[in-house]
Amino acid sequence: MDQAIIIEKGIFIVVIFAITMLFAMYETLAERKIAAWLQDRIGPNRAGKGGILQPLADGLKLFSKEEFMPNTPNKFLFIVGPAISMSTALITSAVIPWGDKLHIFGRDVILQATDIDVAMLYVFGVLSVGVYGIMIGGWASNNKFSLMSAMRASSQMISYEVAMGLSLIALVMMTGTLSLRDMALQQHGMNWNIFYQPVGFLIFLVCSFAETNRTPFDLAECEAELIGGYHTEYSSMRMGFYLFAEYASMFISSTILAVLYFGAYNYPGMDWVAENAGANVSNIIGIFVLFAKICAFIFFYMWIRWTIPRFRYDQLMRLGWQMLIPLAIANIIITGIVILLSDGKL
Amino acid sequence: MLLTIFYILSAITLATAFLTILSKNPIHSAIYLVLCFFSIAGHYLMFNAQFLAIVHIIVYSGAIMILMLFTIMLMNLNKEDEKNKSMLSRIAAVVSFCLVAFVLLATFIKAQPTITEYAVSGKDYQSIKVLGQVLLNEYMLPFEFASVLLLVSMIGAVLLSKKQHINN
Repeated sequence: MDQAIIIEKGIFIVVIFAITMLFAMYETLAERKIAAWLQDRIGPNRAGKGGILQPLADGLKLFSKEEFMPNTPNKFLFIVGPAISMSTALITSAVIPWGDKLHIFGRDVILQATDIDVAMLYVFGVLSVGVYGIMIGGWASNNKFSLMSAMRASSQMISYEVAMGLSLIALVMMTGTLSLRDMALQQHGMNWNIFYQPVGFLIFLVCSFAETNRTPFDLAECEAELIGGYHTEYSSMRMGFYLFAEYASMFISSTILAVLYFGAYNYPGMDWVAENAGANVSNIIGIFVLFAKICAFIFFYMWIRWTIPRFRYDQLMRLGWQMLIPLAIANIIITGIVILLSDGKL
Repeated sequence: MLLTIFYILSAITLATAFLTILSKNPIHSAIYLVLCFFSIAGHYLMFNAQFLAIVHIIVYSGAIMILMLFTIMLMNLNKEDEKNKSMLSRIAAVVSFCLVAFVLLATFIKAQPTITEYAVSGKDYQSIKVLGQVLLNEYMLPFEFASVLLLVSMIGAVLLSKKQHINN
């Protein structure tokens, strides 16, 4: 029995890893295609039909480039930087419920790598550790522009983590659980958290843009002031890892947005499908629904990138500390009062 | 199995802790300390204390050490800048460390009957629900005191930075 669980989870983790990588790969293409569409261009269309092989070509190009090592006394940390970025972007997927349980070969398979009690805190912890990848890489580059960019990126991430955590507290108060699976189950039947926590969702959304270093908060990358960014000195696949990590974390944060606020794998009419076609069919549709939601969020990320101009650094800090955090605290207080009122204790 | 993991974790904890003190480069020290915190979180996980482990990582590795690295990177400390500490401050450091160790030891010894009491009651004290109830029922006052202390130190830090600003 134990071995069966290990094999089952092992297969599941490999599949999730492959899906995350695939998504990150095709996000690069989607980004360019969507940019082209919004700017009335065609976009990449040479490699394969409609540019479908473009990510493979890009990957091949990155792999075959020369690996340049700057004159730095910290060669080991220079290599570790992108590795931390990539691994922290990938390990968050361990606690995400990708679907309800499936009944295969006479056993219930829960579509989640691990259902820990503190899943939400785990996501948060991984997020806060992710800053190290950028910081260490930027510092080990032995280049002051890289260091400055790493400082910008990490101070931005730290600042927005505060507001993000506060917006999640209101959600935890309402749902009464830190487990993502319980949250997904609670949102069954259009009980999506977005209807109860719209302000919290808004704060969380803005913060996830800042956490993934995406426009309008992509101040870490700036050709005019910082040469390139914290990855100025990186080349070949190490550089590719940094870029890839950004897309992977975009996929993961879209997933978390969908799971926390948009009902995870739940969809309207789920019970009806389960009654008429069986639980397995309805749960498999649920997985596809979750991925559709994720794709919608990824599109939203790209849409914002090509629509809204970037913030100035002081504007970014003011938004984080002086607007989002007070708003998040007010949201917590109002949520608390509403919970007490609905329990009839006030 | 568990014992092997414990030995490996302990070896990592001790090695990185020593390297923190011994390494010449302050940034390397900070990174070793981060690794040390991670292995301590591993120890917590071996007690099945998930909440404690994750919060330990968030607070120490994710917040405090990042800010520490920030300051070290921005000050650009080198070996040449390292001042020789006076004898007095060395003695003060040792004495304060001994005091902290004494307090910790006393806490652990005094907590022994309470721990057995919790173990006998058969509740799952690793789960956050029970943990929260214990914190806010039995230890309400110390909990609030700790939060007030944190608030005071936060305001103090802001005030100190403001003062410098006005003087400039």
